[in-house]
Amino acid sequence: MMPILLIPLLPLLGFLIVGIFWPFFKGKGHLVALPLVTLSWAIATLEFFKSFSAPPSLTLVYDWIRSGHLDVGISLQYDHLAAVMLFMVTTVAMLVHLYTIGYMHGDSGYDRFFAYISLFTFSMIMLVLSDNLVEMFIFWEAVGLCSYLLIVHWYERRPSWLAANKAFIMNRVGDFGFLLGIFLAYTVFGSVRFAEIFPAIGSHLHQSVNLAAVFRGSWNVPVLDVIALLLFLGAVGKSAQIPLHPWLPDAMEGPTPISALIHAATMVTAGVFMIARMNPLYNAAPFALHVVAWTGAITAIVAATIALTQPDIKKIVAYSTMSQLGYMVMVCGLGGYGAGIFHLLTHGAFKALLFLGAGSVIHSLSGEQDVFRMGGLRKYVGLTFATMLIGSLALSGIPPFAGYYSKDLILVTAYQQGPLGQMLWLIGVLTAVLTAFYSFRLLFLVFGGKERFHSEGQGHAVHPHESPFTMTIPLLVLSIATVFAGWAGEHYGILQYLSQELPIPPVKEAAGGFSENALKGLSVVGALFGILIAWILYGKESSIPAALARNLSFFYKISLHKWYFDEFYDAVFVRPSFAIGRLFWQELDKGVIDGIVNGVAYFFRNSGGSLRRLQSGQIQNYAMAMAIGAFGLVAFYLFFNRL
Amino acid sequence: MVPLSWYVALSAMMFVTGLVGVLIRRNIVVVLLCIEIMLNAVNINFVAFSDYLHLIDGQIFVFFVITVAAAEVAIGLGIIISLFRLRESVNMDDYNLLKL
Repeated sequence: MMPILLIPLLPLLGFLIVGIFWPFFKGKGHLVALPLVTLSWAIATLEFFKSFSAPPSLTLVYDWIRSGHLDVGISLQYDHLAAVMLFMVTTVAMLVHLYTIGYMHGDSGYDRFFAYISLFTFSMIMLVLSDNLVEMFIFWEAVGLCSYLLIVHWYERRPSWLAANKAFIMNRVGDFGFLLGIFLAYTVFGSVRFAEIFPAIGSHLHQSVNLAAVFRGSWNVPVLDVIALLLFLGAVGKSAQIPLHPWLPDAMEGPTPISALIHAATMVTAGVFMIARMNPLYNAAPFALHVVAWTGAITAIVAATIALTQPDIKKIVAYSTMSQLGYMVMVCGLGGYGAGIFHLLTHGAFKALLFLGAGSVIHSLSGEQDVFRMGGLRKYVGLTFATMLIGSLALSGIPPFAGYYSKDLILVTAYQQGPLGQMLWLIGVLTAVLTAFYSFRLLFLVFGGKERFHSEGQGHAVHPHESPFTMTIPLLVLSIATVFAGWAGEHYGILQYLSQELPIPPVKEAAGGFSENALKGLSVVGALFGILIAWILYGKESSIPAALARNLSFFYKISLHKWYFDEFYDAVFVRPSFAIGRLFWQELDKGVIDGIVNGVAYFFRNSGGSLRRLQSGQIQNYAMAMAIGAFGLVAFYLFFNRL
Repeated sequence: MVPLSWYVALSAMMFVTGLVGVLIRRNIVVVLLCIEIMLNAVNINFVAFSDYLHLIDGQIFVFFVITVAAAEVAIGLGIIISLFRLRESVNMDDYNLLKL
């Protein structure tokens, strides 16, 4: 199938052209990158609409590794799950390419930036199209690399490269688990291809593996659970789930377009996508599913509580991303993979919208990110305000916007999965209230109230201005998507569409439970309640927030300091690592190794210095030494052999 | 008949005389002469043993040694002349080119 091959190849071509010839573009890199990505998007859209009737296809591009039983090909597996993902990824990628033209205008790394986002688009498309675990891992790493390269775009700034390193290292922890999961899957199934693993799962249901074998102990656990959990560790890193999440908010040091593309809409959802793709395995691993569900739920609520008090506009949106990812992971853990992917898609639209809107706000204030130094922007950047309002309504789950359909589908699915599901549903509803609160806190602080941006005695006056049309067009398109995506998804039956790969979980008996409509009504009321609180606290100037922060200072500090995760990791991992590094550097490297190397050199230099005095250059001295030696040898011979 | 040991003793004395001369004299012409003395000490040995063992080989070797010695003196004197032109001296201590 040629057209499907073109979807990843066009962005790759864009990367190669802009990446290799970047010195010649001089700020015109978008002329190559944008049309190619747009073409890729057009093909992806066409194929998406064709996929309703066409059967799934599998294209082998080339055999990569063929050794013994190991058979790894670079293949394109195009089915319904891949189709919707591709549609979302290419749409957001195209809009972000367009947005970047305005946002990064005049940046010294403009063309490099375009090269990298094209490379990212290619990698993400290939990740979605993978037909085996190794191929998926390669592109899983490739998107991680692109994320690193783009976070560190402004590499002169210390926070940028610190954040990039943090993202890269934290993801390594998760990827290590992912890799071990692949190894174990290959050991157990003898293949890394999904099409060969999934049918074989049934015959390994009762197989167990002894995890304590190295210590000559005996700790047998079901092998499928182990594989699922190891793979999930990769998803925890990539999708910023607790405890491997702190890199995501820090990654906001990168330029805003990549926050929207990579750290909201596409790359961070790769973990959810992987779980959905591996759903036959997870369905056969009940314990792993419990872990997945709880991790997601805890992430959702913890991230929401952190977002309540953050002052940085991008970090608020970042924590809300983390919280929404928690929702998706949670519902996957309850077997509702289709609901998770549906939320992933709508979230891709409205979260990209919120990030691009936040970028537009930052752009209009020439780089200001603190929401307490904004305010009253509504009349300056009306279009941005309107689109961000739509995004926030969608995020809060207010009908008829996208978030309402997908988030309520998640909550309903959770509620229908028995007692565990209902417990997690409660967490989900609580999170929804918090979500509505912090979204509108952001809106009120940024767009409502008094203008605080020129009251802080800055050197120059700030003149807020609406962003250029290259930045507002993506906002408009994404707003339209945000308005209609949820309705379209439900109206055209996305769950049935996805049920080709993602089975719909059966409804379990819920004793004395609510009906589906009551559940939806309840979460909408919860969201409205959250908005109301945000209005009371931040709608107009009031002293309540400050008073709350004083009286509940314990909770306030926990939220403001992000539950002290950074401090904890700093104390447990970072500082000891630095201490060990310093020890090895100062003591082992400089002391022992340099001591040996320099000692050898000193020995030969000093002994040579002494011996060189023998070389007088006087030939008679040498001849004397020779004569004495010859006499000595003869004398030795005479005395010891003759006598 | 003069016993063999006398010849050998004479040869040894001549050789040591030449050797000591080579080692301690500073004048390069004298050193060259001392080398000739050493070669002739060897010649005496050759001839003495040739007579003692009734073998002609030793005497033939003497001719070779004399030839080599002649060639050596010719070349050696040539080198000394050019060294003298270079250093304005026949003193061995001035010929220290081997030293760095």
